[in-house]
Amino acid sequence: MTAAVTALRRPEPGPAATASADCLLEVANVRKAFPGVVALDDVSFRLRPGTVHALMGENGAGKSTLMKIIAGIYTPDAGEIRLRGKPVSLPTPLAALEAGIAMIHQELNLMPFMTVAENIWIRREPKNRFGLVDHGAMRRRTKELFAQLAIDIDPEAEVRRLTIANRQMVEIAKAVSYNSDVLIMDEPTSALTEREVDHLFAIIRTLKAAGKGIVYITHKMSELAAVADEVSVFRDGRFIGSGPAAELDRETIIRMMVGRELGQMYPKLEAEIGAPVLAVEGLGLDGVFADVSFELRAGEILGVAGLVGSGRTNVAEALFGVTPATAGAIRIKGEAVRIGSPAQAMAAGMAFLTEDRKETGLFLTLPVLENMQMAVLRDRYVKAGFVTQGAIVQACQAWRTTLRIKTPDLQEPALNLSGGNQQKVLIARWLLTKPRILILDEPTRGIDVGAKAEIYRLISALAQEGVAVLMISSELPEILGMSDRIMVMHQGRVTGILDRGEADQVSIMRLASR
Amino acid sequence: MSATQQVSAPQIEASRRFRMPVEVGILLVLVGICVLFEALGWYARGQSFLVNPQRLLIIVLQVSIVGLLAVGATQVIITSGVDLSPGSVLALAAMVSATFAQESSFSRIIFPALTDMPVVVPLAMGLLVGAAAGLFNGTLIARTGIPPFIATLGMMVAARGAARAYTDGAPVSGLQPAFTWIGGGSRPVILFLVVALIFHIALRYTRYGKFTYAIGANPQAARVSGIDVGRHLIVVYTIAGLLAGLGGIVMAARNGSGQANMGTGYELDAIAAAVIGGTSLAGGVGRITGTVIGTVILGVMTSGFTFLGIDAYYQDIVKGAIIVAAVAADQYRQRRRRKA
Repeated sequence: MTAAVTALRRPEPGPAATASADCLLEVANVRKAFPGVVALDDVSFRLRPGTVHALMGENGAGKSTLMKIIAGIYTPDAGEIRLRGKPVSLPTPLAALEAGIAMIHQELNLMPFMTVAENIWIRREPKNRFGLVDHGAMRRRTKELFAQLAIDIDPEAEVRRLTIANRQMVEIAKAVSYNSDVLIMDEPTSALTEREVDHLFAIIRTLKAAGKGIVYITHKMSELAAVADEVSVFRDGRFIGSGPAAELDRETIIRMMVGRELGQMYPKLEAEIGAPVLAVEGLGLDGVFADVSFELRAGEILGVAGLVGSGRTNVAEALFGVTPATAGAIRIKGEAVRIGSPAQAMAAGMAFLTEDRKETGLFLTLPVLENMQMAVLRDRYVKAGFVTQGAIVQACQAWRTTLRIKTPDLQEPALNLSGGNQQKVLIARWLLTKPRILILDEPTRGIDVGAKAEIYRLISALAQEGVAVLMISSELPEILGMSDRIMVMHQGRVTGILDRGEADQVSIMRLASR
Repeated sequence: MSATQQVSAPQIEASRRFRMPVEVGILLVLVGICVLFEALGWYARGQSFLVNPQRLLIIVLQVSIVGLLAVGATQVIITSGVDLSPGSVLALAAMVSATFAQESSFSRIIFPALTDMPVVVPLAMGLLVGAAAGLFNGTLIARTGIPPFIATLGMMVAARGAARAYTDGAPVSGLQPAFTWIGGGSRPVILFLVVALIFHIALRYTRYGKFTYAIGANPQAARVSGIDVGRHLIVVYTIAGLLAGLGGIVMAARNGSGQANMGTGYELDAIAAAVIGGTSLAGGVGRITGTVIGTVILGVMTSGFTFLGIDAYYQDIVKGAIIVAAVAADQYRQRRRRKA
């Protein structure tokens, strides 16, 4: 590990770096913190013209934050960005665009009911002498642009009628139309077929030949050899190392991405593993995932690893009835159950901590108390429609104390709590329902290290009490530290189930990214 | 300071903060408006605005029917929906209940078969019409995904048409005294306050109330928490419809007749009362106590302007300004909360 890293160049930060005139874009000592998390810590990075620089790292490593800083979406707390040696300030995405930096977003930003040409030239439409939009000129310019990039799309087509791949081409053409020198691509191939990927790579080569610099975020090792000139690896908001793509092999990069001491972070307790509680056979959801089968036993923690988009969350949502499965069978304690809604899943003893606290978890404007009690009111703490106030407040206070939730009182609106405490409130919501099966989707995302450790202890304790835990996570150390077995998913399929003993970061990454 | 904090920290009771009820702000606005009218009253007319029991009753009496609708509107808005139909549903319910309440001795009977019914029949019919309209609204919104604004706009237009078509536009008079008794004296005020109390308790202390706030605050989270969001929305809109039906009964009883143009514009007054009272159009926030105060503010303004002899047109201008100011205050609160 050390040998691999020392073999790599580490860009020298500070004034010395300004001297390099061949540098198109330079990021020096950038830092960005969000409440409770340092997303980027003293990160430096260089992009040379006419090259593709790939950024690698686990989810949460800081790649996306860095890109958003370069694209003017976030403002860094410290550090400097230089374009061709000159320091620039990029307070808004528009400022970045005008400086020659364009980002092609993961979630596409086109207007579906407008034509391709209108989307590309929006805000800069060619005008005729009456001051009206000159559609003829707009079409011509679009055709010229497309010819230059070897893209074959009708400029008059409505964007909503295009395939995802074609929309991406339009996004790229739009970025090029700004005469941008720096193009940022955030996992551009995640929704493309193999042939479309080849086309994209051809376009990238054209752009390289024209002297553009491309920052390329990817999770796919196989793409590095195909497009990247240089690779930089990030981990936990820090720059780990970089080097020419040709010199770095896959194993080295994986080790750089995940290398981390497990230490005392994961206090896994010995739990007695009992009878199977949940058995899933051939579970599938049309077009999303298929043929997912596994067994979950009492007291067991089954980790689910896989890249974002591999179908992990979809399986959890199907199990819990949020988006019911279209194929397969679910058995709980040997009995076949049909789960068509969250209420049915809860009746079967399940609880589901969702991936996105704010979107699908919290009632932000409501007090902590209401946030905690909402799931359990379905069948307990209610008499003749009335909430038994005293009993529920007592139960919530007990969980508040046990989980050490920091809040002035239970009446505080949930939005005033820190991320870690919000997460604990949601955990309390589910523990109040006394579940036998606990599904956790990214249980420690976006929370600080201290709260993480507390949540790990709690998960361990619950397993010891006989709760069956299904834990989805993008953090491999978390998966390895906590799980008894590890199920790995890739593109909607289970690619393997590993025992604790045989699993390591490399073996998981191999199954998760082929 | 820090020492006391350390000492009291482990005790849960001691760490409880005093929170000012949300209604205090809006109550101060009400007091301010009253004081203003009192001062203007002495200045312009040489007499007191408030020290007049008759006027105080009228202030609430004239808004008690809007108040009934506002209690329904508050619950709908808490779910982050909106109901534009209660004014029209009120008219339809007034017409239907009135035709069941006519005396056979009256000269212009609409449906002779329906005269001299026991008084519970017109009451039940009025409530039924209202609840049915609300059920239809709720079902449309919950099951087809049509936005509440559109679904209830359709009901607003259709129910008004139905109210007119029901008797070909003819008013329904000659109602039996047992029916008109409901609208007499201060009874509409009492009814309004009782209904407000019932739903105040329902929103604060029952599962129905908790789920209503949850759906408004975050429908996806509500669903994942096992709440049947669709079914709950149907219940909320049905309750709003039921209260519009009750409003129709009270209005027909008070006027001694059912008329198809009754309650025109009441839906907006009801929404205004809720919003002035602190209910957030973003959902998840609102209380019946605030709505009652908001309703009274509308009543005080109408009475106050009349008392000062100011034309009704100007009343509407000021009312419009107050509604916008209330929403602006709400948004300011939200923005400050988001920053915190």
